[in-house]
Amino acid sequence: MTSVRVSTTINGDAVEYLCDAEETLLDVLRDRLGLTGSKEGCGTGDCGACSVTLDGRLVCSCLVLGAEADGRKVATIEGIAQGDKLHPLQQKFLEHAALQCGICTPGFLVASKALLEKNPNPTETEIRYWLAGNLCRCTGYDKIVRAVTSAAAEMRESR
Amino acid sequence: MPLDIKPVAPGHSFTVVGTRPLRPDGLDKVTGRAKFGADATAPGMLIGKVLRSPHAHARIRSIDASKALALPGVKAVVTRDDFKEGDPDFRDVLRNVMARDKALYEGHAVAAVAAVSAIVARKALKLIKVDYQVLPHVTDVERAMRADAPVLHDDMFTSGLEEASDNAASAAKAEEFGHVEDAKEKESDPHHGASLAGGFRPQSKKPSNVAKRHEFGHGDVEKGFAKADIVIERKFRTEATHQGYIEPHACLANYGSDGQGELWGCTQGHYMVRNVCAQLLGMDVSKLRVTASEIGGGFGGKTTVFLEPVALALSRKAGKPVKMVMNRDEVFRASGPTSSATIWVKIGCTKAGRITAAETELKLQGGAFAGSPVDMAAMAAFACYDLENVKAVGWDVVVNRPKQAAYRAPGAPISAFGVESVIDELAHKIGMDPLEFRLKNAAKEGTKSSYGPTYGPIGLIPTLEAVKKHPHYKAPLKANQGRGLATGFWFNFGGQTCVSLNINIDGTVALALGTPDIGGSRASMCQMAAEELGIPYDKVRAVVADTSSLGFNDVTEGSRATFSSGLATIQAARDAIGKLCGRAAQMWGISADAVVWDKGHAKPSGSNAGNFEPLSLADIAKVAANTGGPIAGHYEVNAEGAGVSFSTHIADVEVDRETGRTLITRYTVIQDAGKAIHPSYVEGQYQGGAAQGIGWALNEEYIYGEDGKLQNPGFLDYRIPVASDLPMIDTVILEIPNPGHPYGLRGVGETSIVPPLAAIANAVSAAAGVRMLELPMSPPKILKAIGGQAAGKGKSKESKGGSKR
Repeated sequence: MTSVRVSTTINGDAVEYLCDAEETLLDVLRDRLGLTGSKEGCGTGDCGACSVTLDGRLVCSCLVLGAEADGRKVATIEGIAQGDKLHPLQQKFLEHAALQCGICTPGFLVASKALLEKNPNPTETEIRYWLAGNLCRCTGYDKIVRAVTSAAAEMRESR
Repeated sequence: MPLDIKPVAPGHSFTVVGTRPLRPDGLDKVTGRAKFGADATAPGMLIGKVLRSPHAHARIRSIDASKALALPGVKAVVTRDDFKEGDPDFRDVLRNVMARDKALYEGHAVAAVAAVSAIVARKALKLIKVDYQVLPHVTDVERAMRADAPVLHDDMFTSGLEEASDNAASAAKAEEFGHVEDAKEKESDPHHGASLAGGFRPQSKKPSNVAKRHEFGHGDVEKGFAKADIVIERKFRTEATHQGYIEPHACLANYGSDGQGELWGCTQGHYMVRNVCAQLLGMDVSKLRVTASEIGGGFGGKTTVFLEPVALALSRKAGKPVKMVMNRDEVFRASGPTSSATIWVKIGCTKAGRITAAETELKLQGGAFAGSPVDMAAMAAFACYDLENVKAVGWDVVVNRPKQAAYRAPGAPISAFGVESVIDELAHKIGMDPLEFRLKNAAKEGTKSSYGPTYGPIGLIPTLEAVKKHPHYKAPLKANQGRGLATGFWFNFGGQTCVSLNINIDGTVALALGTPDIGGSRASMCQMAAEELGIPYDKVRAVVADTSSLGFNDVTEGSRATFSSGLATIQAARDAIGKLCGRAAQMWGISADAVVWDKGHAKPSGSNAGNFEPLSLADIAKVAANTGGPIAGHYEVNAEGAGVSFSTHIADVEVDRETGRTLITRYTVIQDAGKAIHPSYVEGQYQGGAAQGIGWALNEEYIYGEDGKLQNPGFLDYRIPVASDLPMIDTVILEIPNPGHPYGLRGVGETSIVPPLAAIANAVSAAAGVRMLELPMSPPKILKAIGGQAAGKGKSKESKGGSKR
């Protein structure tokens, strides 16, 4: 086992870590850095619970090696709120009861934020297709789609 | 029902109940702070991994772990030798947790390793040598019932036969219904009796894979069928599905050399986990403390133990904390999916639309051990109908698959699929609207249910009337679209429950619950406590207390948490109010009888009692130290009176006749909640159940190869509905009060998964113009059905009233 030394930026902070060559970014986040907000639901990129952005691009962190984060910018669920101020998506998820068990919620929030950065005014269909890579077994997606729609509207107004 | 449970008056106006406050655990869950099963760590923690059988059925001759133990970083290995068989009631759960003489399904745990890292643990698994003698296997329910099937347990003898109302007839039907074999097989099988050549003959003297026969009903179905103008019988099939919770099973165990243990993990019932683990490890119950983490979905799948006893055994052996987390492949292969089934249904009615008799026979495989939910499937089958003659028979069958666990209204969606499909067909056959047909035959208050009890006030007819009024039911359909309707029933459970409500010095309230919160139930409990105490919602904080902090609580299952813990919360609040009034009386120097509680304040009951300024809960709490010390309310109960629940669903689908793909175009759930405490989370339960049912109806299935191995153990190939598969799911909450709960609530979690299978099958059958008899209605099956229809190959059977099947 040869460890790899990685210098990266996570949620705006410079971070350095050593990881095994075969270790995923998700394992590094969770097991080495204590950032357990990203969840492992499948480990095969099917469920989206581990969604993060890498240089702004939405990825499943279970499909990225820890070593690949070197020199790049990682954003996770832990960086979405600004201090004690929730992101509009977080607030709307709470108001719309868009979570039941909450295990998929971090992934949905990261993915929804990435969507609204690309498309501030998505249709219901666009939201549903963008979020098709994130599995939720509790809600039937109804309240999630409504929360994202509502957050998008609020964010457009406050621009 | 304890006599001291006082319901609120009809028309009572609630203050907090019925509003939609933010949930207390919400912030942690939208910021990533919430700690789920896999999110805990401990100093010096090891990682545990399980070695699983690659064979569907094999005798384990020997296990040699010496090479694994020699690998640097490996701290402990456990096998069957580390668990002693004791209490026979725990035999199956132990054998499922760790295989003994035989591996009974692909994925069955055979050994486990604890090592300094996951990488080392995985390497160690490869070094364990298991000598297997591979045995013939069976994974299909009907094949498993055949006389020539490989037998899983040589000590399994069919029970329940002595209760058969007509054993000979039942055996004959067993032969006719699905046990028919071809002539060649008949000849080659030495076990066939003369009168039942070729068939399975249930008997209690020879070991078989049939664990039990169940029967429910009343009246005389043969006489009833004789009175029918039309009788339809059909045979249906459903495949096994998985609950599909997104969080895999996970736990962290710490067992000290002083014999005390701690366990953290995701479970629907940490008290159950404590009791079972203590039993399997030979510990005192008091020496094991279990803390329920946040739980990432369960739907019944987390109502038993898998990793927990193994992690404790590894920790005991290694002398260090051990964390274990399943991967998704393990969740599919080795946790507890639901049953696959065959369902035979026969219903007769008059031309005027009155059902004269209804009968079903259900065969559910429950995996490698007895206990499929066929009893509940049979009991729920005709629960929506007012029937003079009804009979439901269920067969509990074992096969070489993982032992099933509960899945949301266990068994009921399976039988409802068959029954509601035949109801739909009968209605069309006699030219009656399926809604009117159901209204004509619907169970109501005073109906003797098909499973025994007589109903109190129930909400089935109101759901049907609500369908009639709903714009969805009359909305126009386009080409290739169809609309289906189905009703569903669930019993709802109460069970052992215990709550502590502590009044804090600043007038806030700490509420300790023992039922893990899976879908927002803590919010509802806080609402009920606030309502009863007359204080704002945000003054109450609820926690799910560990097993050392409260008395025993049954698992969060059977839609019981908000009902039972809610009931106990209200009663604990009433207990605390009595004490608060007593303290006020003491402060005023009057009799406690002369104090009443009103809108969060103690007040003198009238002018005779004295003229005192009301004291708020906070006023009394502030000086509690001077009036007798801490103030708390408690309640312990084995709750009854859960109140059955009904739901009716309307599904619109569009079938693509070229690809066979079915799209849900509109969906409406109408369900009785008794009283919706937090309507948003009630709607969420309705929507979630519908979505799971849609997956079961259209896509989800366990696919086994001839080798007895699961071929689709991942979310790519086992496809649960994604956001782009579904429309918005409309909900209508009805409130027909349940007299068994102070606020009238009924459990809402499970009923919503019961109707979708049939509602969608009815819709697809209407859209495709051919009756769908098998789930899932995946594109290949739909294309085949449409093709078969074009070629004129209907395999359905119909007969005029009274004729033989």
